[in-house]
Amino acid sequence: MTSLPETTQRKLGLVIDLDTCVGCHACVIACKGWNTENYGAPLSDQDPYGAAPSGTFLNRVHSYEITPPHGQAQLVHFPKSCLHCEDAPCVTVCPTGASYKRSEDGIVLVNESDCIGCGLCAWACPYGAREMDPTAKVMKKCTLCVDRIYNENLPEEDRTPACVRTCPAGARHFGDLGDPDSDVSQLVAARGGFDLMPDLGTKPVNKYLPPRPKDQWEETDILAPFLEPVAESPQGFLGWLDRALERL
Amino acid sequence: MHPAPSVIIFTTLSGLGFGLLVFLGLGLPPVTGWVAFVFFLIAYALAVGGLLASTFHLGHPERALKAFSQWRTSWLSREAWAAVAALVIMALYALGAVFFDTRISALGWLGAGLSFATVITTAMIYTQIKAVPRWHQALTPLHLSTASLAGGALLAGQITIAQILLFLAGIIQIAHWLRGDQRFGEAGQSIASATGLGSPGRIRAFEAPHTGTNYLLREMVHVVGRKHAQRLRLIALGLGFALPLGLIMIPGASHGLGGLAVLSHILGMLASRWLFFAQAEHVVGLYYGARG
Repeated sequence: MTSLPETTQRKLGLVIDLDTCVGCHACVIACKGWNTENYGAPLSDQDPYGAAPSGTFLNRVHSYEITPPHGQAQLVHFPKSCLHCEDAPCVTVCPTGASYKRSEDGIVLVNESDCIGCGLCAWACPYGAREMDPTAKVMKKCTLCVDRIYNENLPEEDRTPACVRTCPAGARHFGDLGDPDSDVSQLVAARGGFDLMPDLGTKPVNKYLPPRPKDQWEETDILAPFLEPVAESPQGFLGWLDRALERL
Repeated sequence: MHPAPSVIIFTTLSGLGFGLLVFLGLGLPPVTGWVAFVFFLIAYALAVGGLLASTFHLGHPERALKAFSQWRTSWLSREAWAAVAALVIMALYALGAVFFDTRISALGWLGAGLSFATVITTAMIYTQIKAVPRWHQALTPLHLSTASLAGGALLAGQITIAQILLFLAGIIQIAHWLRGDQRFGEAGQSIASATGLGSPGRIRAFEAPHTGTNYLLREMVHVVGRKHAQRLRLIALGLGFALPLGLIMIPGASHGLGGLAVLSHILGMLASRWLFFAQAEHVVGLYYGARG
């Protein structure tokens, strides 16, 4: 049913640390691997070894350059997947009921056997979290690895989404964001986690942690500027070369 | 947004077909017998042809019946209901008019109302999408419905009503473009709000997540066809509204001129619909550095 649940018992989601992410794309590969080999239609590739490769991914890592008014430019790697919004616009537009938000844990899923592939949900999502698979012709999206997190056949440490499990930098965290005492909620509170495009009213569950301010180069000695510079002009062979080139 | 030919043809033809059904239902003109048969044939060919074209962009058209289930929340589902209801009621009305020389007015009014409702539900599919600010405005349903009614009046041969509606629809078309041009700015989304990285300083998309293209870029960050936007707007306005208006204002206009007016209107509406999609910008483009 495409009516959104009024409340969900839990709000499972991800917290992504933009300070820690190194942009290695391991989460992208782990996601594609797990979600191709397990639940649902595989994530296909088109022309993978040809001139114009293209494929379906549920998680993609953008990179942005930030130039603060003072100090060094900074590169921020920005992984983006479904935010499992509380007020998910992708769910309510679905004409068939294929898209739904679970009332028990808030995960937004697609029932692929009901999907007619109209693509309207992908239009409705402001974040580009949904991609139509050109081979299966159904809508694919992050399932929060629903087939891992409750899977008792896996060792307990593996019962997290594939992207979280694989992240070598520990930049991805999984948990219940509806519980203020959970590790992820406390992390969000401590680091000032934020929503993407909050004005659109989607109320995303996933949170992003901002990059920490970088160290600034500070003067180590107040007398340093008054010291005579050491080696202003090159000496020896380089000095001769410098003079010789100037004379030319 | 990607201007898919199937969706452009669907909205243009169906809009026209349901517009004509509105007038036929209202008894404008009050046709019966063979004349009614031809009128209803044209209306159904356009409306049903358009609906069939729309199924071409579905990944799984064989599951289309499921689309009737979510009318509580989904405008696309409501559109399916409205379209089928309108077509069934108008078919009963047409049956009376064509074969029994009887127009059951109440049935006609109901059918006209449902036909108009179908156009509104189609418009709401686009209007509801906040992620496409150009569509998310009050003028969108007004634009799509007046265009549909103007075309319907033109096809129904209602010269006076068509003149008023073509003029009105043309004005609303211009207003929709001008308001639409400001909508993205008004929506207030930027690369800073999209990434939450605005505060530390100037932000620039440095690298895309992938070397090639992807579904999102093909479907929602489609920029081909914006190049000739101003020229296409003039073509849409000229062929869609001005020329048909001029043609039907010629005193004693013949069927030939009327047909020319309809043809011109359809070509103009195709250009208008192309722009409706091609010029619509989705906020997901911000993640890829669209709009700086």
